[in-house]
Amino acid sequence: MDWVNAILQGTLLGGLYALFAAGLSLIFGVMRLVNIAHGDLIVLAAYLGLTASTALGLHPLVALVLVVPAMFAIGYVLQRGILNRTMGDDILPPLLVTFGLSIIIQNGLLTVYTADPQKLQAGNLETASLSAGGLTVGVLPLIVFITAVAIIGALQWMFYHTALGRAFRATSDRQDIAQLMGLNRAHVFGLAMGLSLAVTAVAGIFLGIRTSFDPAVGGSRLIFGFEAVIIGGLGNLWGTLAGGIVLGVSQALGGQIHPSLQILSGHIVFLVILAVRPRGLFPKMEG
Amino acid sequence: MTEILRLDDLSKAYGAVTVADSQSWHLSAGEALGVIGPNGAGKTSMFNLVTGTVSPDSGRIFFGGQDVTSWPAPRRCRSGMARSFQVPQPFGGMTVFENAMVAATQGAGLSSRDAEALCLDILDRTGLLHRSNTLAKGLTLLERKRLELTRALCAKPKLLLLDEIAGGLTESECVSLIQTIKDIRETGVSIVWIEHVVHALLAVVDRLIVIDFGKKIADGTPHEIMNSREVREIYLGIEADA
Ligand SMILES: Nc1ncnc2c1ncn2[C@@H]1O[C@H](COP(=O)(O)OP(=O)(O)OP(=O)(O)O)[C@@H](O)[C@H]1O
Ligand SMILES: [Mg+2]
Repeated sequence: MDWVNAILQGTLLGGLYALFAAGLSLIFGVMRLVNIAHGDLIVLAAYLGLTASTALGLHPLVALVLVVPAMFAIGYVLQRGILNRTMGDDILPPLLVTFGLSIIIQNGLLTVYTADPQKLQAGNLETASLSAGGLTVGVLPLIVFITAVAIIGALQWMFYHTALGRAFRATSDRQDIAQLMGLNRAHVFGLAMGLSLAVTAVAGIFLGIRTSFDPAVGGSRLIFGFEAVIIGGLGNLWGTLAGGIVLGVSQALGGQIHPSLQILSGHIVFLVILAVRPRGLFPKMEG
Repeated sequence: MTEILRLDDLSKAYGAVTVADSQSWHLSAGEALGVIGPNGAGKTSMFNLVTGTVSPDSGRIFFGGQDVTSWPAPRRCRSGMARSFQVPQPFGGMTVFENAMVAATQGAGLSSRDAEALCLDILDRTGLLHRSNTLAKGLTLLERKRLELTRALCAKPKLLLLDEIAGGLTESECVSLIQTIKDIRETGVSIVWIEHVVHALLAVVDRLIVIDFGKKIADGTPHEIMNSREVREIYLGIEADA
């Protein structure tokens, strides 16, 4: 039963990792941008949630109403103001610039919020649980998981059934030709980053409710996000969800063997998958 | 007649290769202009300049009376110009229908519903309707060429720029292509058509210009051009090469 429980908890945790990863996957899919600052942006969202909930007395989940649009706006402005200038055939400049951004965000957060660990207070939600057949699941992890599935489903639908989705895919497919079809690349990229950070906002709030955070925790969230994206296959959103679950379950099973093995076992499974299937479990069918 | 396009002393060089050499010419609204010239003359480069993919070294481009020289490509497209590519450049990972929809929603700025209706109509006219749900990368070369025309038309252009769409067609396909272009003209669209298949061109255009080494070397009615000694020399040259 312990093992079944570990798999269940790991799966739910995978939902959170998928939320960390979905934004990364989206911008990589649309513009081949690897955002090193992604983890720090998740933490930034958590802090914005903290400010919204302390200053305005909002429940952290209600604060999403403010934090999601704020992160969207930050993403759009960041892309158009800075990142678009670094994009080209060479992938190194955006990598370096987002690395610099990561340091700037961490230090900015340190200055404004200090290094003290913080947590978002979500009241009963943090401890509420459901039991059935000898298994117990927390309501919060369940909400996180369902949200992850819903967000990834919605993004997937958007990609294949809306004008915006076609704009993303056309730009991803042939930037130069998309320009000639009336698509403004700079704007499309701005929207993609905005959307990526809107998802990140949700990830950040859930992170902040689940565990305590400080300005330095972004790095490990970035790693989990990358691992989920790569396990699932680059640019494939459902694959990213699967990748998050594989990572979460690996960690939970490792933790079941010995608590100190939790994080390590996730990395080991990632490395094994990378060695056996370098393109991930569900590589995007690309020509 | 109002003027839709004007090139004013337009020049562009890549190092030692001059692709546009002080080109000046214009197109009246509703007119169909043919462009001929040997391989490497700079015909496709002229489209790159007009659509904004490439910036000229000097000279200006006017579209619908406005100086668009500094406009980025998407803005030029949205203001009513669309082109096809000599070497087809579809969005390979998207279906034929989606390729058309990108042009209709982004280029023509239509709502999804209007765009769908337009795309279905144009796919029908270009003979690709039965391939609507095929990924563009799965099309044959000929179908890709039709997709080029489809996509350009779905952007609802005022000015349609066609780059060698008749090459490789059978005689009956060519006849139906000519009819399609004539129908487009009937709707008031202005056309610039680069084509090596001269008889197709002659069936449609009112005027021809000849480009060689980036320079416009002749401009006149098809009759005048085809009877000019200079042009015949260039064309006999091509036929000998081919
Ligand atoms: N981006 C570029 N950089 C360097 N040279 C270029 C570039 N684009 C075109 N050229 C050169 O410019 C010349 C004109 O090319 P262009 O494609 O415009 O010719 P064209 O008249 O369309 O020929 P064709 O009939 O073969 O299609 C060619 O010699 C080509 O190699
Ligand atoms: Mg050409």
